[in-house]
Amino acid sequence: MSSTLPTDYWARVVYLVTHYSASFLRGAGSTLLIALVGTFVGCLIGFAVGIVQTIPVSKQDSIIKRALLFIVKLILNIYVEVFRGTPMIVQAMFIYFGAMQYLGITMGMWFAAFFIVSINTGAYMAETVRGGILSIDPGQTEGAKAIGMTHFQTMLYVIFPQTLRNIIPQIGNNLIINIKDSSVLSVIGVIELYYAAKQTAGAYYWWFEAMTVAMVLYLIMTFVFSRLLRFWESKLDGPASFDLATTDQLAHTSGNYSYPGEGSFDKERNIETDVNGGRDK
Amino acid sequence: MNRDAILEVKHLSKSFGANAVLKDIDFVVHPGDVTSIIGSSGSGKSTLLRCINLLETPTSGDVVFHGDSVVDKKVNAAAYRAKVGMVFQSFNLFNNMSVLENCIIGQTKVLKRNKEEAKEKAMQYLTKVGMNPYINAKPRQLSGGQKQRVAIARALAMEPEILLFDEPTSALDPEMVGEVLEVMRGLANEGMTMLVVTHEMAFARDVSNHVVYMADGVICEEGSPSDIFENPQNARTKDFLARFRAK
Repeated sequence: MSSTLPTDYWARVVYLVTHYSASFLRGAGSTLLIALVGTFVGCLIGFAVGIVQTIPVSKQDSIIKRALLFIVKLILNIYVEVFRGTPMIVQAMFIYFGAMQYLGITMGMWFAAFFIVSINTGAYMAETVRGGILSIDPGQTEGAKAIGMTHFQTMLYVIFPQTLRNIIPQIGNNLIINIKDSSVLSVIGVIELYYAAKQTAGAYYWWFEAMTVAMVLYLIMTFVFSRLLRFWESKLDGPASFDLATTDQLAHTSGNYSYPGEGSFDKERNIETDVNGGRDK
Repeated sequence: MNRDAILEVKHLSKSFGANAVLKDIDFVVHPGDVTSIIGSSGSGKSTLLRCINLLETPTSGDVVFHGDSVVDKKVNAAAYRAKVGMVFQSFNLFNNMSVLENCIIGQTKVLKRNKEEAKEKAMQYLTKVGMNPYINAKPRQLSGGQKQRVAIARALAMEPEILLFDEPTSALDPEMVGEVLEVMRGLANEGMTMLVVTHEMAFARDVSNHVVYMADGVICEEGSPSDIFENPQNARTKDFLARFRAK
């Protein structure tokens, strides 16, 4: 470190990358972990809240059930409005310092980070899930009810999977927002990528160079995850074509199979390779 | 009285706000009956069917299934619906499942059949409607007529005691109507109890053994197909049928 420091932009960037890669990567790893855990837990919260908020109430239901649902929905509405309606940076300090001063709880860095990002994402996801459920054709619910499914079964097997598929773009949005916005957690001392970049920048007063590295790392993370989510989407959609299932042996050789109990893949191969068609054994 | 009836609708009324859609409907379905409900759009035919299946809650009156009222709050609507199949105008197949899964899910989750048995039954009924080659397809990959045949197989796989059809061919292209009616005709011949809301007059006349004509939320006339089609008594029935013949 006794050698003279580089003076031009690119050389400084290279210097930071070579000398501080561990610090940047640890920061990026923390950012990613916070974003992933926060988005995942936030989605769970969002699904729970969204499902409760769309429970249908009819005048047929007992007064106790209706009153209970009213209170629960009211509390959930307040939660959604408060956490959507205030900045995460303020929430972070409010919760962290409030817990410390008045509850005597000093949150660990990780707990505070996961908690704040999760509860924030949950508020957004609740609305997304609610919208996702409402966007499913009511005919799907009626079809499920008509074969005797309960409300819970209908949600679990029919509505939930279709909702999930429809809101993946929004989950992706939230993940990307969380990768970026977890940077505000630096105000309560969470050491993530922005915090790491800031520390490095402060050591040399190379703000532009340090932030260049941070920019590139953020962009790599958000880009990779947006592509991964696209891939997940296309996987959930399944193949665009389907195989006709048939017992016709001539059709088997042309690649159609999977008729239950009839043409398994192995059986098909036997027909092709065995000149007797497997019949003379 | 009427202990042998599967389904009795008694003084059934349904209003949406101030709009009375059904007014004091009464009729009985016996095992093996194929009842067609005909009438203009907006006459309350579909609402009647939805009330029978409890997809709509009747405002007053009663629906009696095997002698027991089902409109009471304490009745388990889901368990009742499992015994009463329903085929919708818009198919309502589960979009997230393949054809085979559509026909299995109700059996395993509602009737608690094991996977093997459910698959066997699903294949049996899909074969009956001629959709067995398409078990791996998703609903979006099928034509309207194919979807409706799968929907019928899905309902049949629950082995219901009565099957309700809510204008099953109204959303189909003319060339697809035939394949669905063919399946329904087959079911009728096998003695399935069916209650069919339809605009297919030929089906009502040739396949059903009882025809109900509805207008403005009331039953104007009911009787055997020959009574209704050849010798209608009510002026509105005559009018309605004349308009159909004119087409």
